[in-house]
Amino acid sequence: MKGYPLEVSHLTVAYQKKPVLRSVSFQIPEGKLIGVLGPNGAGKSTLLKAVLGLIPALDGEVRIYDRPYREQRKIIGYVPQRESVDWDFPTNALDVVMMGRYGHLGWFRRPGTKERQIAMECLAKVGMADFAGRQISQLSGGQQQRVFLARALAQNAQLYFMDEPFSGVDATTEKAIINLLHELKEQGKTVLVVHHDLSTVKEYFDHVLLLNGELVAAGPTEETFTPANLHSTYGGRIAMLADFATVPSGTV
Amino acid sequence: MLADLIRWFTDPNMQWILAGSLLLGLGSGVIGSFTFLRKQSLLGDALAHAALPGICIAFMLSGVKSVGLFMLGAIIAGMLATFGISAITRYSRIKQDAALGIVLSVFFGIGIVLLTKIQHSGNGNQSGLDKYMFGQAASMMLSDVYMMGAVSVLLIVVCALLFKEFKLVSFDPGFARGMGLKVAFLEQLLLLMTVIAVVVGIQAVGVVLVAALLITPAVAARYWTDALGLMVVLAGVFGALSGVTGTLISSTLSNLPTGPVTVLAATALFFVSAVFAPNRGLLAKWLRHLRSRSEVQKYAGRAVVHQSQTVERGTE
Repeated sequence: MKGYPLEVSHLTVAYQKKPVLRSVSFQIPEGKLIGVLGPNGAGKSTLLKAVLGLIPALDGEVRIYDRPYREQRKIIGYVPQRESVDWDFPTNALDVVMMGRYGHLGWFRRPGTKERQIAMECLAKVGMADFAGRQISQLSGGQQQRVFLARALAQNAQLYFMDEPFSGVDATTEKAIINLLHELKEQGKTVLVVHHDLSTVKEYFDHVLLLNGELVAAGPTEETFTPANLHSTYGGRIAMLADFATVPSGTV
Repeated sequence: MLADLIRWFTDPNMQWILAGSLLLGLGSGVIGSFTFLRKQSLLGDALAHAALPGICIAFMLSGVKSVGLFMLGAIIAGMLATFGISAITRYSRIKQDAALGIVLSVFFGIGIVLLTKIQHSGNGNQSGLDKYMFGQAASMMLSDVYMMGAVSVLLIVVCALLFKEFKLVSFDPGFARGMGLKVAFLEQLLLLMTVIAVVVGIQAVGVVLVAALLITPAVAARYWTDALGLMVVLAGVFGALSGVTGTLISSTLSNLPTGPVTVLAATALFFVSAVFAPNRGLLAKWLRHLRSRSEVQKYAGRAVVHQSQTVERGTE
């Protein structure tokens, strides 16, 4: 496919006249893990939602592999924040993962054996095959996150958007998720991850976007994740910012 | 009473009315499942109350009692009510629950004023509109029953065809939109179907209580199963049971309004479900609690004794 997996130009989003994102422009290289970083209220989730067309943008353009977003929906996978749904919904893990296939099924058609098989494979990939028939409220937070991830895998996308997949999960699940992300990367897929934990940035991501209402910096982690850039993203609030940026990767 | 019951069952007119109530309950239960899961139970109630002025205005303009026109009036009023609710929440700091409360009572107030005006006018007594408050299934014309049955079947068919879409929109609308599903359209459709279910049910169950036929069966069904498909079917069955029971009792006993009886039947089903359902029921929860407590005591008995001793020493 031609062009950048994701190209955003002059994207501006406002909630009730209060601007959240101001003229954000960047390109994302193919086959990378990209971390979207920034303080609370910096517009990280908003950026994801605006790119996905979940909330209207005031201005700007989003192109996926050099075509408008609407035409490329089938190659996009999405992992929303875990808290965004009611987990007491009457359904089980396998059923949720099968929802990832709905976009490929089209109107009226019911998921069948083939979809069930794909969903089982995706559950197995996140280590959740034994929980396929479990009601989703009976899963732990980490397991629910893995179900969401499996659902995104079932979408079989080229470009993935994940909204804080590491929030509130234990170390085992975090490891499982990051292994999966690397697997996706090796298949040439591109993954955009909204992330909070600065200490793991150097270890996890090839590329970072630093966001604070506007785009502060974007580029390869080595060059972009610097004390100076972090200072202008987070302000002087975190004393250890310099430490995060100078700690050599792989020590955690 | 038994003789009455047999007489009603053999009366062809009554058979139709019973069949209509059954289909109405079925359709309301099915569509109500989605309303309930999307946490819009109160919206159903607001729409039902908003329907009253719509129906009254339709009658005042046309001068005839036509279910089709009433439905049009009710749908327009329902749309105005939903616009009102979203306008209030968008342009003020008032939250949705308060907005629902405001809109519901304003529309109902207007409806009652109009209804009183109609009843005092010349052809008010023939209109039978007073029956719309609490419903009177037995007073329905055969054509109304056909209409009610046909519309209910239509609702069920649409729910069956769009089951997977409705499921995804109810569970995770953000994901559905990202996937390219026409979420706004599907949400509007579900809302429209809720209005339609409410409006066809009004004559049988009444404006005030029709929302209960939408929500109570769905809530009761949720107790029995963790699978959406089964829940929707069960909600339909519970709705149908309530509808038929309500119609039967209200028709055999001297002119009891149908709505309250139907609601009481649905609520009885809800109580049985809440207490006796496996897993989610109160009884099952209580038994589980007892069992785990006795297990804990068996294994941790010694530790508890030990701990209480140290506590006593600490207080000395």
